[in-house]
Amino acid sequence: MGLEEKLPSGFLLTTVEQAAGWVRKSSVFPATFGLACCAIEMMTTGAGRYDLARFGMEVFRGSPRQADLMIVAGRVSQKMAPVLRQVYDQMPNPKWVISMGVCASSGGMFNNYAIVQGVDHIVPVDIYLPGCPPRPEMLMDAILKLHDKIQHTKLGVNQQQAAREAEEAALKALPLIEMKGLLR
Amino acid sequence: MTTAPHSHSPNGHRTSSDFDTTESLARETTEGTVYNVTGGDWDEIAASAAKSDDERIIVNMGPQHPSTHGVLRLILEIDGETVTEARCGIGYLHTGIEKNLEYRTWTQGTTFVTRMDYLTPFFNETAYCLAVEKLLGITDDIPDRASVVRVMLMELNRLSSHLVCIATGGMELGATTIMIYGFRDRELILDIYELITGLRMNHAYIRPGGLAQDLPPGAVDQVRAFVKKMRKNLPEYDKLATGNPVFKGRMEGIGYLDLAGCMATGATGPIVRSAGLPHDLRKTQPYCGYEDYEFDIPTADTCDAYGRFLIRLEEMRQSLRIIEQCLDRLEPGPVMVADKKIAWPAQLALGPDGLGNSLDHIKKIMGTSMEALIHHFKLVTEGFRVPPGQAYAAVESPKGELGVHAVSDGGTRPYRVHFRDPSFTNLQAMAAMCEGGQVADVIVAVASIDPVMGGVDR
Amino acid sequence: MSEQKNPERPDDEPRGDNANGEAVPTQRDDTGEVIATRRGMFGADNGGDTSGYGGLVRTVRLPGATSRPYGGPGAREAYGDFDEIADELEGALDEQGLVPENVIPKTVVDRGELTFHIEREYLPAVARILRDDPALRFELCTGVSGVHFPGDKGRELHAVYHLRSITHNRLIRLEVSAPDADPHIPSLVAVYPTNDWHERETYDFFGLVFDGHPALTRIMMPDDWQGFPQRKDYPLGGIPVEYKGAQIPAPDQRRSYS
Repeated sequence: MGLEEKLPSGFLLTTVEQAAGWVRKSSVFPATFGLACCAIEMMTTGAGRYDLARFGMEVFRGSPRQADLMIVAGRVSQKMAPVLRQVYDQMPNPKWVISMGVCASSGGMFNNYAIVQGVDHIVPVDIYLPGCPPRPEMLMDAILKLHDKIQHTKLGVNQQQAAREAEEAALKALPLIEMKGLLR
Repeated sequence: MTTAPHSHSPNGHRTSSDFDTTESLARETTEGTVYNVTGGDWDEIAASAAKSDDERIIVNMGPQHPSTHGVLRLILEIDGETVTEARCGIGYLHTGIEKNLEYRTWTQGTTFVTRMDYLTPFFNETAYCLAVEKLLGITDDIPDRASVVRVMLMELNRLSSHLVCIATGGMELGATTIMIYGFRDRELILDIYELITGLRMNHAYIRPGGLAQDLPPGAVDQVRAFVKKMRKNLPEYDKLATGNPVFKGRMEGIGYLDLAGCMATGATGPIVRSAGLPHDLRKTQPYCGYEDYEFDIPTADTCDAYGRFLIRLEEMRQSLRIIEQCLDRLEPGPVMVADKKIAWPAQLALGPDGLGNSLDHIKKIMGTSMEALIHHFKLVTEGFRVPPGQAYAAVESPKGELGVHAVSDGGTRPYRVHFRDPSFTNLQAMAAMCEGGQVADVIVAVASIDPVMGGVDR
Repeated sequence: MSEQKNPERPDDEPRGDNANGEAVPTQRDDTGEVIATRRGMFGADNGGDTSGYGGLVRTVRLPGATSRPYGGPGAREAYGDFDEIADELEGALDEQGLVPENVIPKTVVDRGELTFHIEREYLPAVARILRDDPALRFELCTGVSGVHFPGDKGRELHAVYHLRSITHNRLIRLEVSAPDADPHIPSLVAVYPTNDWHERETYDFFGLVFDGHPALTRIMMPDDWQGFPQRKDYPLGGIPVEYKGAQIPAPDQRRSYS
């Protein structure tokens, strides 16, 4: 980078939060959680043309115990839901979830008896990625947004504070049905 | 807790004696002190396993396992390294598509069926549309251009499906280069799909009666360029895999299923062709005008995974041949039946806000013809009625016979649509292929069946 | 409208499919079998139909029995492939001491496809003949598809089999029905092992019990699932979708055309 040449005595000051966030975001290990069509696009993203290795993410782990990101790629059926939760529970903290595609995000077009209407009924989701299936570029965009989120994750007391604030905001928020205006 | 003889190691780090382990054995070596940390309940488990003579255990592979081709669950009883019994657990991707279809119009049905076997969307759409057209009695009225484009898209789809099969199959064997190659070439095909249908996957482009819209300008040139490029790329798979001793060692004689086994388990597609029977619906029960194309049905007599791999490679070459013939046969003309009660009235066009109807049509329905507006509205919201009865249409998908059983009660929505998906039927042969073999060969056998769970579970 | 007036058709006959004009196969005569009665235009039974068609009553008719000759694909004369299949099958049944009329109460030829309606207790015997007789040789069964006709009293559940002969390059369909109260059909796994999973799937979705199946358990749904989801009396199970200030009911709760 050349930055270290200009440092007065080899020191660079930052916060623990920033340093931890930077380290965490730079090497996210995704668990392979391919389910349906989106899984094919996820594999495509990992392959030559889109090359997820550029973001330090080419190592898809087969074991959830070695992974810290779960990309739920595809429709989650009622039969798969317990499995999905178990895989999530097996992942070590800190961990993140991208809900890839409309089926994982909201059930999508399969509004029926077989499909869980949104994976957020089972696991907490960090990034919702629409599309059926989302293009690899969209997945990369979601991943970059997640990197940004990881970078700015709070730690310790700040984290508790942020969690409190988020909860208060959620309690105060209007239910969707009572909101007005454009779909934004 | 036992204490270590030295309180600190030479390099100043804390030694394991500072941690609370149930048992640690210290051993002096030339490199320093080495601690063997054991303990916990594993001792007990290992001891009891060593004591019992029975080495048979049940291994549960999946439904979330990187080499089971999606959410397939394999339940293997193994004796040492030998599989004594193998069973499949499926249904982890059951989507209820067949039920959902009953609440949408016949045309909207293509949007659902294309998501069944997501690697062969055009085959699902074509099979479904052929069944609906049979119910409507308009099979002979489909314009030539629509049939030729259908065939072309299906053959492109056969290429992309086989490429994924070979790519993921290779990856599961550890041959990641094949995977990179396969996905590289698949991208070229997906670019063509995107140009023609607007989508990379899940197209809903083939509709009952024809196609959603005509080929866009430049599509023919791009397909031609692709065929040329693919002819250059295909031999690379031969170079990489066909003669590769490691690859052959893993594939030859694995996943054995002879013709009697294929017939009993209902296996079709490359599996039955690897047993020497040249059964291909494109030849025996031609649809979409396949009888007019020149191509060969490759077979093998090895009944194994290697034979299926070679068949898939050869089918890709044959598909290129068919695609070239399609390009030569493309004549200008309509791509939808003439019946205005079935065909949607307008060609789609690219408006300022994305896809929309063509400006000419909007001018007509908004300015001059109220009846045309009503007709358009009724046809799109209500759909057309299909005379009561049932029909079965089958196409040769890359995996085998893809059959659609459609029942109509005379309404605007399907009464029942059932897909006989080749992945579902072929996967039944897994037990016959794997039992008595090694655990590692299960992966090869499953990869050679090429099941796609979206098709298996629907 | 390009509706062609068919002089042979009585005026009072319900015409459910005339929206398609002449492109559809001509309307079948009264021999078609009524499987359901449909009221109104929009499938709304809670008074939501404001179209003025609320009192419309139409019957739903499936193609009825066909009489000889059956013809066949590409047959130049009246006697075709289908007659040959039927003759061989009836002959083989005779040899086994079965009365063909009892075994096959109805044969339907529709849209170039041959359908034998089989009495359920004779299904395995018929399937074995179809598979083993050298003149028939239907080696490949493409599985079973269930259909639920709740309005067709006494035979609500249908199991539809498609058999393919690779030797003779033919395709036929067998249809077996069972009442809701007694949803039992003999299993074909002994004849066609490929039906193993197909029958489990049909059991899972329709509750049809295939007697003699080695392990008839659920295959798609979780083991503890209640009900049989693809029957007509089982709801789609969708939930209303919420938007900002609006809610859209699930597809099966909406007003729709029937």
